[in-house]
Amino acid sequence: MKVKLKIWRQPNARSKGKFVDYDLDDISPEMSFLEMLDALNTRLIQQGDDPVAYEHDCREGICGSCGLFINGRPHGPEREVATCQLHMRSFRDGDTIVVEPWRAKAFPVIKDLVVDRSAFEKIMDAGGFVSVDTGSAPEANTTPVKKQNAERAFDAGVCIGCGACVAACKNSSASLFVAAKISQLALLPQGKAEAQRRALNMVARMEELGFGSCTSTEACEVECPKSISLDHIARMNREYLRASFSEEKD
Amino acid sequence: MATLDAKIPEGPLKDKWTNYLNSMKLVSPANKKKLDVIVVGTGIAGSPAAATLAQLGYNVKVFCYQDSPRRAHSVAAQGGINASKNYRNDGDGVYRHFYDMIKGGDYRARESNVYRAAEVSNGIIDQLTAQGVPFAREYGGQITTRSFGGVQVSRTFYAQGQTGQQVLLGSYSALRRMIAKGKVQMYERRQMLELVIKDGHARGIIARNLLTGELERHTAHAVVLATGGYGTIYYLSTLGVTSSGSAAMIAYRNGAFFGNPSFIQIHPTCIPQLSDFQSKLTLMSESLRNDGRIWVPKEQGDKRNPNDIPEEERDYYLERRYPAFGNLVPRDVASRAAKERCDAGYGVGKTGQAVYLDFKHAIKEQGAKAIGSKYGNLFELYEKITGESPYETPMRIYPAGHYTMGGLWVDYELMTTIPGLFAIGEANFSDHGANRLGASSLMQGAGDGYFILPNTIGNYLSDKIKTSRLSTEEPEFEEAEKRVREKLEKLININGSQTAASFHKRLGKIMWDHCGMLRSEEGLKQARTEVRELKQEFWNDLQVPGTLSELNQELEKAVRVADFLDMSQLLIEDALNRHESCGGHFRQEYQTEAGEALRDDENYMYVAAWEYQGEDQMPRLHKEQLTFEFVEVKERTYK
Amino acid sequence: MSHFLTSPVGKKFIMSITGIFLMLFLIVHLTVNSLLMVGPDAFNSAAHFMTTNSFIMVLEPLLALGFIIHIIYSAYLTMQNQRLRPVHYKKVDRWGSSTWPSRNMFILGGLVLIFLVIHLSNFFWKVKFGDLDTVMVQGTQMHDLYGLVSALFINWWWYDLIYILGALFLALHLSHGFWAAFQSLGWDNDLWRVRLKRIAYVFAVIMGVGFSSIPVYFLITSG
Repeated sequence: MKVKLKIWRQPNARSKGKFVDYDLDDISPEMSFLEMLDALNTRLIQQGDDPVAYEHDCREGICGSCGLFINGRPHGPEREVATCQLHMRSFRDGDTIVVEPWRAKAFPVIKDLVVDRSAFEKIMDAGGFVSVDTGSAPEANTTPVKKQNAERAFDAGVCIGCGACVAACKNSSASLFVAAKISQLALLPQGKAEAQRRALNMVARMEELGFGSCTSTEACEVECPKSISLDHIARMNREYLRASFSEEKD
Repeated sequence: MATLDAKIPEGPLKDKWTNYLNSMKLVSPANKKKLDVIVVGTGIAGSPAAATLAQLGYNVKVFCYQDSPRRAHSVAAQGGINASKNYRNDGDGVYRHFYDMIKGGDYRARESNVYRAAEVSNGIIDQLTAQGVPFAREYGGQITTRSFGGVQVSRTFYAQGQTGQQVLLGSYSALRRMIAKGKVQMYERRQMLELVIKDGHARGIIARNLLTGELERHTAHAVVLATGGYGTIYYLSTLGVTSSGSAAMIAYRNGAFFGNPSFIQIHPTCIPQLSDFQSKLTLMSESLRNDGRIWVPKEQGDKRNPNDIPEEERDYYLERRYPAFGNLVPRDVASRAAKERCDAGYGVGKTGQAVYLDFKHAIKEQGAKAIGSKYGNLFELYEKITGESPYETPMRIYPAGHYTMGGLWVDYELMTTIPGLFAIGEANFSDHGANRLGASSLMQGAGDGYFILPNTIGNYLSDKIKTSRLSTEEPEFEEAEKRVREKLEKLININGSQTAASFHKRLGKIMWDHCGMLRSEEGLKQARTEVRELKQEFWNDLQVPGTLSELNQELEKAVRVADFLDMSQLLIEDALNRHESCGGHFRQEYQTEAGEALRDDENYMYVAAWEYQGEDQMPRLHKEQLTFEFVEVKERTYK
Repeated sequence: MSHFLTSPVGKKFIMSITGIFLMLFLIVHLTVNSLLMVGPDAFNSAAHFMTTNSFIMVLEPLLALGFIIHIIYSAYLTMQNQRLRPVHYKKVDRWGSSTWPSRNMFILGGLVLIFLVIHLSNFFWKVKFGDLDTVMVQGTQMHDLYGLVSALFINWWWYDLIYILGALFLALHLSHGFWAAFQSLGWDNDLWRVRLKRIAYVFAVIMGVGFSSIPVYFLITSG
C-alpha cells in the first residue's frame, strides 16, 4: 500500500520546525507503524538525509517510550494501543498521515518527534511513592487488602507514563497521570498513611510544571493506551479536597 | 591476571548467607557519606539497588539511556515473581525452591548463590507489597499465587499479566523517592561507553549524553552494572529493541570474565515474524499451553486455511513425540520441536516459520467464555498485533530469544573479576545455570538489588573509606574518554552505504540459525566465519548519518551492533567449547536417542568464564568447577 | 487556603460549587416560570413572593455573586489552560474521544452570558427599576409581571427565538456541567459516572425544554 506522510521535523529544541512530506510506496499492512517509520528512515539514511527521530523501546505497548500524535489523535486511530501496537492495516491505501510530537508547554520538543517528558518524573518526586526503606517492610500478608481495591489499584497502576493523556487534553492537563498514582496508592492500606500529603504535593507540582486543570472532557481516558478511568481523577480530587480541609498539613 | 575465586562462605548451605552477613565488614554511616557508587541500569535490579544504597547512606549516581528509569525492559515481564512463602501450604520452602532452580538449570548453577536467591525471595514480596505493588488477592484480602512451569508448587506472585510492570514501578518509585531526597543523582539519557580502571579497580565510567553527545566523566568508589541481558543479539527477540550487551562487553574488554555467554533461553510461544521489516517479537505467556494444542499440517507446504484442515491431516507433534507431557513439555523441548518441524518444511504462515496453537478443542469443551476468562487479555494482545482472533483462527507461534542465563562472571559477592565492578540481575551469569525457570528473573534481579548487593558491596567498600574521590582529570579518565571518542569517530567516519540495523538483522540471522536453539560444530564454525566477514563489512560499509554532538539514534544503534558483533564471536566460541547439551544449550551431536539433551557431567560441570585477550583473539577459558554438595545430580527426563 | 483557591483542583472546586448553586437556582426559576402556563394570577403571586420574601432577598446578592465567581473563574481557568499549549497541532481529531459541549464549556457559557444580559435587561431591570403596571391578586397589590412576559413573547417573535436559543445553549452547558461538577468534587466513580451522566442529560433536557416551552407556549396560544 501507499501512504503520504506529513512528519514534523525539527533539528533541535532551539530551531523552528516544519512539516515535511514523504511518500512511501511499498508498505505492507502487516507492518507496525514504527516499522513503517523504520522503513522510511532506512531510505532517508541511504539518501544521505537525517532520519526521523522518535522514541521507542519495548514495541509491545508497556514501556511507554513511544508516543506520536497521528492524524489528530495520540497513538493514532485505534483504541487501547500505544503507537508501537498500531499497524498499517488501520490505514487505507493512499492515506495521508500527519505525524506530530506531543504538544504541551510542559513537554518541549527535543528533536523531530522526541519530546522531553521529564516533568512526569518531577511529579513522581513530589510523592509518587510509599516512604518505606528496604528491610523495614512487614510480612506481606499482615495487612489484608480488599480484593476489589487491589484490582482498582492495579487498574490505576498500569499507567505506562507515555503522556497521551496530556497530549489529548485540550488543557494539557496531566490529571490522569497524577491521579493514577495518587489513586493507586490511596486505595491500598500501605499508601494510606501519606495519601493526603501525596495528593497535595503531586497536584501542586503538576501545576508548577505547566500542566492545566481538568475539564472532564474524558478525552484522556479514551486515548489512554491502558484505558485508565476518569474515576481515578475523582478519587484524586477527593483526596485533595479532604487534605485541603483537614488539619493535617506539612 | 585475575583468578577465579567464588568466595563461597563456609558452612552448611542454609547458614552460608547468614554467616556471610554476620562476618562481613561494615561501613559506618559517617563513612558511607564519603563513598560514591555508580549504578548503570534501572531495571528490577538497578532501581532497588540504587534506592537501597542511597537509604544506607552512600552517594549514588544512577544512569539509564531511556528518558526515564521506569522504561527499563523489566517492565515487560508478564507472568510473575517467585517466592518461597508457602502461603498455599503445599510443601514449599527455601530448600524446595532452591532444588527446583538447580534442577531447572540443568545442574549448571552455583549451589550457594541459588540457595541465597531462594532465601531472600520472601523479603522481596514483603518489600514490594509495602511499596504499593498491587499483587493479586483473594477475597479475604490475602495475596494469592499461581503455578508456573517446572515446579509442583504454587509459588508465583503476580499482578495479572503485567507483574514486571508493577514490580518495576514499585522499585522505580523507591528510586524516585531517593532522588527527591537528593540522595541519588539521576542521569537519564546517558549511555555508558567505557569503564575507568585505576590500579586494577573500577573507579568510574565514561557516559555519553544522548541528547548533546557530550562525553561525561563520572567517578566513584565502585561501579554496579545492572544492564540486563543481551537477547537482542538475535535482532528479533522478546526484548526491547534498545536492549544491548554493550555494558557487559565494555566490562569484558576491560578484564571482567564472561560466564557461560552462550546460555540463552529461547521461549517457545511468541508471535512469529510477519514481515521482513519486523523489529520485535512479542511473548505469549507459557500458560497458554495449558489449553492450547500445538500442531502443523501433515503435508509439507499446506497453505490451506487452518480451519479447513481436517483432524486426520493435522500433526499434533508434541503429543505424538511426548505422550506423557504433551503440549506441556519444558520450554527448551517445545522450542526445539517447533524448529524441527519448520525446518522440515511443515511450518505454516507466510514465512513458513510458525506452528499453530489451537484453542478449538478447549473452546468446544469449556466454552469461549471460560477460555476468555483465562486468556482474554492475551488473545486481545495477539489480535492487536496480528489482526486475527484466536477464538476463530488458531494462533501462530514460534520460539524467540528471551533471556540470557549467561553474563558477567561474579563471585558470591556479585563482584566481577575486576575489583569494585559488580554485576547484578540478568547482567551477571546468574543463578539460573543453563536454563531459567519461569518467574525467577524478577526474583533474582530484585533479590540482588534489594538485599544482596547492598550488603556485599559494603564488604568491598569497607577498606575504601580512606580512598579519596578519583579526580576526573586523572590520566585514566583521559585515556578512557579518548578510547570512546576514537571509537565513535571511527563509526561515524566509515561513510559506507548500509545501516546499522541492516547489519544487526544479518548478524541476528547468523546467530539464530547457528547459535540459537540448535547448535552444531559445523554450524558454529560456519557462523564463526560469517560473523568475522560481517564484522569486516560492518567496519567498512556502515553508514551513520548526523554528527557526534546531537541526538543521534543511528549512532546509538551502531555502537550496539558493533558490540554485538564482538559478542557473537564470544558466544560462538563458548558454544563450540561446550561439547554437551544442557538446558538452553543444545548441541546436535550430543543428544540421546530420543532426541533429548545429553549432559557430560564428567567434563563440563563447570562455568565457562572467558577472559578477553584482545580484538579478534581467541579468549582464554577459565573454569569454575561446580560442586554439588547438597543435591544429587540426576538426569533431567521429560517422559 | 490561599493556595487551594489557585490550585487546579481548588479552581475546579469553586466552579463546581458555584455551578451546583446556579443549577439549584435554575430549578427554582423554572418552577416559577412554568406557572406562566397556569395563568396570570398564579405567576404573579409567585413572582411577588420571590421579589418580596426576605429570605429570597438575602439570596439574591448571593446568586449574583455565584454568577460572577463562576464567570470570573471560568475566564481565569480558560486563559491559563490555553497558554499551556504554545504550539498547536496541525491536525486534531477529538470527535472520537470527547463531546463537543465538554470541549466548549467556555463558549457555551459565554453564549449563555450574552443571553443572560438580554434576559436581565428585559425583565430584571424593569422589575427593579422600571415602572410596571400593577394588578390586584387575592387582595394584594403586585407588579403585573405576567403582562410583561406575555407582551414580550407575543409582540416580538425574535425574542422567542433568542429565548429558545438561550435555553438550548444552557441545556448543552448543563449536559456536561452537571456531572462534571460532581466529578470535580470527587463524588464520581465508574458506577456513578454513568448515573450522573444520565441525570445530567435528563436535567439538561428538562431545563432546555422547560425554558423554551414558555416562549413556544405564548407563540401558540397567541395564535
